[in-house]
Amino acid sequence: MKRSVVPNMLIITALIMVLFLLNVALGSVSIPTRAAWHILWGATDQDPIWANIILKSRVPQTLVAIVAGAGLAISGLHMQTVFRNPLAGPSVLGICSGASLGVAFVVLLSGSIGGMALSRMGFAGDMAMTVGAIAGALAVMALIVYVSQRVKGNVTLLIIGVMIGYVANAIIGVLKYFSVEEDIRAYVVWGLGSFSRVSGNQMSLFVTMMCILLPLSFLLVKTLNLLLLGDQYARNLGLNIKRARLLVISYSGILVAVVTAYCGPINFLGLAVPHLCRAVFRTSDHRILTPACVLMGALFALACSLIARMPGIEGALPVNSVTALVGAPVVITVLFRRRKEDTAE
Amino acid sequence: MKQPTIQIESLSTGYRGKNNVTIVAHDINATINGGELTCLLGPNGAGKSTLLRTLSAFLPPVEGSITIMGRDLKDYPDKELAKAIGVVLTEKTDLRNMSVEDLIGLGRSPYTGFWGTLHEDDRRVVAEAIEMVGIGPLKDRMIQTLSDGERQKVMIAKALAQETPVIFLDEPTAFLDFPSKVEIMQLLRDLTRTTGKTIFLSTHDLELALQIADTIWLMDKEKGVMIGTPQELASNGSLNDFFSQRGISFDIHDVEGSLCIIPRTK
Repeated sequence: MKRSVVPNMLIITALIMVLFLLNVALGSVSIPTRAAWHILWGATDQDPIWANIILKSRVPQTLVAIVAGAGLAISGLHMQTVFRNPLAGPSVLGICSGASLGVAFVVLLSGSIGGMALSRMGFAGDMAMTVGAIAGALAVMALIVYVSQRVKGNVTLLIIGVMIGYVANAIIGVLKYFSVEEDIRAYVVWGLGSFSRVSGNQMSLFVTMMCILLPLSFLLVKTLNLLLLGDQYARNLGLNIKRARLLVISYSGILVAVVTAYCGPINFLGLAVPHLCRAVFRTSDHRILTPACVLMGALFALACSLIARMPGIEGALPVNSVTALVGAPVVITVLFRRRKEDTAE
Repeated sequence: MKQPTIQIESLSTGYRGKNNVTIVAHDINATINGGELTCLLGPNGAGKSTLLRTLSAFLPPVEGSITIMGRDLKDYPDKELAKAIGVVLTEKTDLRNMSVEDLIGLGRSPYTGFWGTLHEDDRRVVAEAIEMVGIGPLKDRMIQTLSDGERQKVMIAKALAQETPVIFLDEPTAFLDFPSKVEIMQLLRDLTRTTGKTIFLSTHDLELALQIADTIWLMDKEKGVMIGTPQELASNGSLNDFFSQRGISFDIHDVEGSLCIIPRTK
């Protein structure tokens, strides 16, 4: 079993590279793969328009997809382990809803109170949305962490998280009711999720932040493995459950907050990728699952980003639709096949 | 030879609420010896689990003190406690996709470093634990493919890998068929002999406990805890008292040093 880990990781890495190239080469403007390849390696003798499209638009977008996918997958893995619930994911616990609430406040209230539609403010508007999303997500996360230190059962905590999500959505509904149409549209577009909204400096900031945050997940590997045994066994093995919960929830909460702020609330990916990894690598060991989720999350996001921008489609499909439409059948197939093999044993 | 490893003084177990305290068992005074198998018997609701939870430090004592290896339980830091007490719980873990060997390896957690990587010493201890429990052929199996009895042995091996002088087991023989029950109990008694560990468990398997345990604790809501060897408890009438309260009478026969319990027919 262990022997298949490294080859599998290598296969996924190879696929990531292939999809990276395809993401760079394919799009609404067709650029020959060979030219794309040269531009990637810094050739200056190619068409400057092509170079511009690739270096300023497609490469950043692809990088954003990679780190966002990895981040959501890791956060989903952590949530599923800490709550010992296969349906847990970044979008439960209301952290995503918190981010949406933050954005809703910024987008919808600026029009009504400031008298100016945020959607017309360009860069400042983008920044405000990002800050709003992070603030909203962290606020909800702080609330959950506070509750987690007081409530014992995982299920209770999960239900409270879901309830907080509902409350956030309800407030968003009220805000929408009082907002101008233009702002609602901006909010809805943000809500569809996108890897291409981030550009320029913001992109570098986002990718840098994720490159710092993602490796930190390895620090929680032992904690997560112990949590698998259940609270009492974990405690007996010397784990401080309260602190473990605090660390895991805060860490994955911050990941979700950052990704959601820049890419919008992307559903499904965080829930599905950990299951896919467990099925492919046949392990619950976080020493293997952590790198597996980083790679698989990146791969999944790249595939979705590619499909969303398939040639022939004007502009780009909302990422949220693609993740579920493409991802759900894949995950169901893999899980089914696994089940069959399990029973055949 | 028999060293008391656990001293319990005027212990009351129970749960502390915000304004009230629910006491489950009162004023327990006892010692538990190393190198012995001690079985805790009692009807449902007598407070067996609460006592075990208190002894394992999952629950603070309402009153009194527990001293393990000469140190008060509440003075143990988390890490030290993990090296003093190993537990095996009743509830099944919903673990999937983890090999038996990896699970037992998690028992080394108090000793492993930051990443939880097993070193040569750890691997040796894990291999010994597997050997002692006799589950060598299972070591590469996935935990979800095991039977209840096999799983229980794996959890015992996990506790052994933890290398603690004390092991507490909460109803380790529940859900098992009779041969497995006997096997587990004998295994635990043998372990006290070969390793000198203090093993304390709760069980409903009275007859088995009377035949295999060194010391029996009878726990009852009204009468508290009665402690003695099976023979002592049989001869001083404690066992009979214990049953008669529940409207059942038994004859207890001492057959060549092992006790047989025969329900009395009218």
